[in-house]
Amino acid sequence: MHNLTIAEQIKGLKNKDFSSQELTQHYLNRIHDSKLNAFISVTDDIALSQAKEADKKIASNESSILTGIPYAHKDIFCTQGVKTSAGSKMLDSFISPYDATVTKKLNHENMVMLGKTNMDEFAMGSSNENSYFGPVQNPWDVSKVPGGSSGGSAAAVAARISPFASGTDTGGSIRQPASLCGITGLKPTYGRISRYGMIAYASSLDQAGPMTRTAEDAAIVLNAMAGFDPNDSTSANKSVPDYTQGLTNNLDGLKIGLPTEYFSEGLDSGVEKVVMQSIKEYELMGAKIQEVSLPNSVHAIPAYYIVAPCECSSNLSRFDGVRYGYRCEDPKDLNDLYLRSRSEGFGEEVKRRIMIGTYALSAGYYDAYYLKAQKVRQLISEDFKKAFKKVDVIMGPVSPTAAFDLGSVKDPVSMYLADIYTLSVNLAGLPGMSIPAGFSNQLPVGLQIIGNHWSEELLLNVAHQFQIRTDWHNHSPADC
Amino acid sequence: MTWETVIGLEIHSQLRTKSKIFSGASTAFGSEPNTQACAVDLGFPGVLPVLNEEAVKMALRFGLSVNADINKNSIFARKNYFYPDLPKGYQISQFEIPIVGNGSIDITLDSGENKTVGITRAHLEEDAGKSIHDLYDDFTAIDLNRAGTPLLEIVSEPDMRSAKEAVAYAKKIHALVQYIDICDGNMQEGSFRCDANVSVRKQGEGLGTRAELKNINSFKFLEKAINIEVERQIDILEEGGSVVQETRLYDSIKNETRSMRSKEEANDYRYFPDPDLLPVAISDELLLEIKKELPELPTEKKLRFVDTLGLSHYDAEVLTSQKEVAEYFEKMIHQGADAKLSANWVMGDLSAALNKSQLEILDSPISSEELFQLISRITDNTISGKIAKDVFKLMWEGKGSVDEIIEKQGLKQMTDSSAIESIIDDVIANNPDQVQQFKDGNSKLLGFFVGQVMKASQGKANPKQVNQILNEKLS
Amino acid sequence: MSLDNKKVKEIAYLARLNVQDSEIEQTASELNNILSLMDKLGDIDTGDSEPMAHPLKMSQRLREDKVSEEDMSKEFQEIAPKTGKGHFLVPTVIE
Repeated sequence: MHNLTIAEQIKGLKNKDFSSQELTQHYLNRIHDSKLNAFISVTDDIALSQAKEADKKIASNESSILTGIPYAHKDIFCTQGVKTSAGSKMLDSFISPYDATVTKKLNHENMVMLGKTNMDEFAMGSSNENSYFGPVQNPWDVSKVPGGSSGGSAAAVAARISPFASGTDTGGSIRQPASLCGITGLKPTYGRISRYGMIAYASSLDQAGPMTRTAEDAAIVLNAMAGFDPNDSTSANKSVPDYTQGLTNNLDGLKIGLPTEYFSEGLDSGVEKVVMQSIKEYELMGAKIQEVSLPNSVHAIPAYYIVAPCECSSNLSRFDGVRYGYRCEDPKDLNDLYLRSRSEGFGEEVKRRIMIGTYALSAGYYDAYYLKAQKVRQLISEDFKKAFKKVDVIMGPVSPTAAFDLGSVKDPVSMYLADIYTLSVNLAGLPGMSIPAGFSNQLPVGLQIIGNHWSEELLLNVAHQFQIRTDWHNHSPADC
Repeated sequence: MTWETVIGLEIHSQLRTKSKIFSGASTAFGSEPNTQACAVDLGFPGVLPVLNEEAVKMALRFGLSVNADINKNSIFARKNYFYPDLPKGYQISQFEIPIVGNGSIDITLDSGENKTVGITRAHLEEDAGKSIHDLYDDFTAIDLNRAGTPLLEIVSEPDMRSAKEAVAYAKKIHALVQYIDICDGNMQEGSFRCDANVSVRKQGEGLGTRAELKNINSFKFLEKAINIEVERQIDILEEGGSVVQETRLYDSIKNETRSMRSKEEANDYRYFPDPDLLPVAISDELLLEIKKELPELPTEKKLRFVDTLGLSHYDAEVLTSQKEVAEYFEKMIHQGADAKLSANWVMGDLSAALNKSQLEILDSPISSEELFQLISRITDNTISGKIAKDVFKLMWEGKGSVDEIIEKQGLKQMTDSSAIESIIDDVIANNPDQVQQFKDGNSKLLGFFVGQVMKASQGKANPKQVNQILNEKLS
Repeated sequence: MSLDNKKVKEIAYLARLNVQDSEIEQTASELNNILSLMDKLGDIDTGDSEPMAHPLKMSQRLREDKVSEEDMSKEFQEIAPKTGKGHFLVPTVIE
């Protein structure tokens, strides 16, 4: 059953080939057998009771498309009555008293939550090594990282221990682990999916999205996740198309832009080869390839690593040991409560980004850092605007390399530099995808597809057409 | 050496919306602790703010009332600092672009002169919760019911030159926010709070270093706090010292200000635009709509009282200085009461009685209808003005309606001329000497006779008739 | 811009984070490494580019003024580290 796509599972449930309870139990067994550390919490009881409920709905014809389909929820989404840790010691004890809008929407479909997936603490990281709950292993090679921050979600989908997992992407946190684990990941346009109840890292960049094996599955799930939310001021009041409708459109004449800046030094030759082969595949489908320039994309790293830490330094101030979460033992006074609760509750990378952000916003530095970064952000955004006047989509690598060894990158700066191809998309609020495109040294490599605002339908179409002609998305790691 | 005082005020006015500025929790005062603080107010992980429409409209109402520039795209910013009653570790406020820009308001000084006070800006922000220090010995208790209550912070120019001027300005703003119905003005409950920026300088010199006075919850304390702070600063400067820029707390019991070191340390607020909120766009249509809905403002009302009711500027100023007083007075006028007489009664006996009992006009035991009836009995000659004062007292004590009291106490004015005539005849018969003197030309004695007649009639004789008949009889 | 140990301590305190004396050198050098990357911003000519605080050009949506939240204080206090008499408790704050 675990080799079926969501689209196939939907049919299976409808045809009574298996029940949601059978499907759910199957995945729960696989999760318990897995040693990848992809989950922070496995919610057997909830899953089985939701599956039972789903089976009832299916039996009485009250089901919707996704009723009874199991999924794994990134532990950054609040789930009422279930620990919501964001991968942090700070929230190890936090049982959320409310549901995120995304959680509500998936519940509304009667989907089945298998558990909460591992992640870099507060979504800060590109390797999942920053989790208080330990690193996640890449199912293709357990000595490698799965990528981050949605590493648990990516590993879970790749290892077939969940057919779909939610993710969030602030600077590449869906696309990069999707690439490193060989699955399909979509970061929609900023404002497409509600951020309410999604623990904030950098509010103007964070965006949730689906992580699945295929583009078709991503389209089905995005239908359920997307939509206007009155509780999120930054949510767009814009109707949601049926994303499955455009999947079969012909790509003849599609204009694909290749940014020269994305194929320069630093890009692993194995990765480059896979990306270029995929582009050729599109040419065979009738697409027109042309070079475009995103001259300011090289500035994405400093711009992002100012904007994100500034926002996070403020977003994470609420974790003070007063109302919820970790509180140090026997604080002797208020400052002791703050200082020890926060220092003991946060991990190193989180503290580092809080410090950078605090500094960048402090008196005398605001203009040189924050304001300057926002101006650069504008330039990056304008580059894309110009490019999208010429092309329909932009393609390139997701990550300069395939999955790297656990523990191999110790220097934060080196880790940041590897985000070069994903950050610009978040700064400009654009949708972006990573789809399985091949292998380099037996490790999966993703192709990044970037579209203009609100072009998810086109991206999914472009991805789906590729998956009709290739079978990279059907490869599965050994033991799966 | 003469010192000049320079004062600017920052007034925090709680807006009387039903729900909070960024959440759907109730703003009602006095509930059980933390029962009106929802997930958004508590700053739970993942929650997001959505702006209350009414708070925006109220801010605009204020802006239009002080002829201020309205920013068509104002920005919410985060003011970052740690404090236990500030749940998110930042306060959502407005910094670089507030919703209300430059405006002004006129105040009337004791001399009767008008003075224009500049308003620098007014911005929307969320209130913090409350820290309670006396509930436990070893803990401070945090109640977050107030967290997220909408505030309009009204910042004046440093235009005031004395504590009295500052109070006049504060009172004017206090009256205005109630007139336009955006704040209940309750200072005890903290709905209307003043911080004063106070500095002194030698006449003609640049601004001195200021201290910010906090925790002032009445106009009386505002005046005292400023005066005591001015004294303190002058003492320091005259001894050759220098004033430190700091926040000082006013202690009304000791009548002193003292430094608040806890608020001072490292106050680098790291303001930046709140990424959870977008620019607040104000359309011309909305502005026009709000302008139309704006009630008559105190200044307009005052001019109308002068122009159409014939009141003096002074009377009109007093009557319009408080919304409830003006409403009380106007209710009387609408029922047909004489404007001047009504003004005298409201500003005189009623105001004195309220003061004595420490009551607000809304709690007056005598309603505007009842006071109108009392005045009607004067104008229809049922009772004299003097008797009316006695009736007023009895009404105040709850002894019955105007007519019941007049009836029961037999206070009805004597208008039967033959009865008055017979009292006058007695008075003339009993005072032959005075009659002689009057006839000899001492016309001042008429008052004596009137007094005697009124006394004999227990004040009930119609004074007009008494005068007339006396004149006839004595001539 | 380079941070010295004193500045690192100041920033840590602003963010209410402890940096032990034994860690300060290490922390300062890590932060300075990162900042050297950020300082590249200074070399970029941004001309008259408008600062972009938000990826979408939208205006703030306004919420109708009505009370929609129920009292959940019990649930909230249950997960709080220290409470008493309906309050959240912190060590005594001296004003």
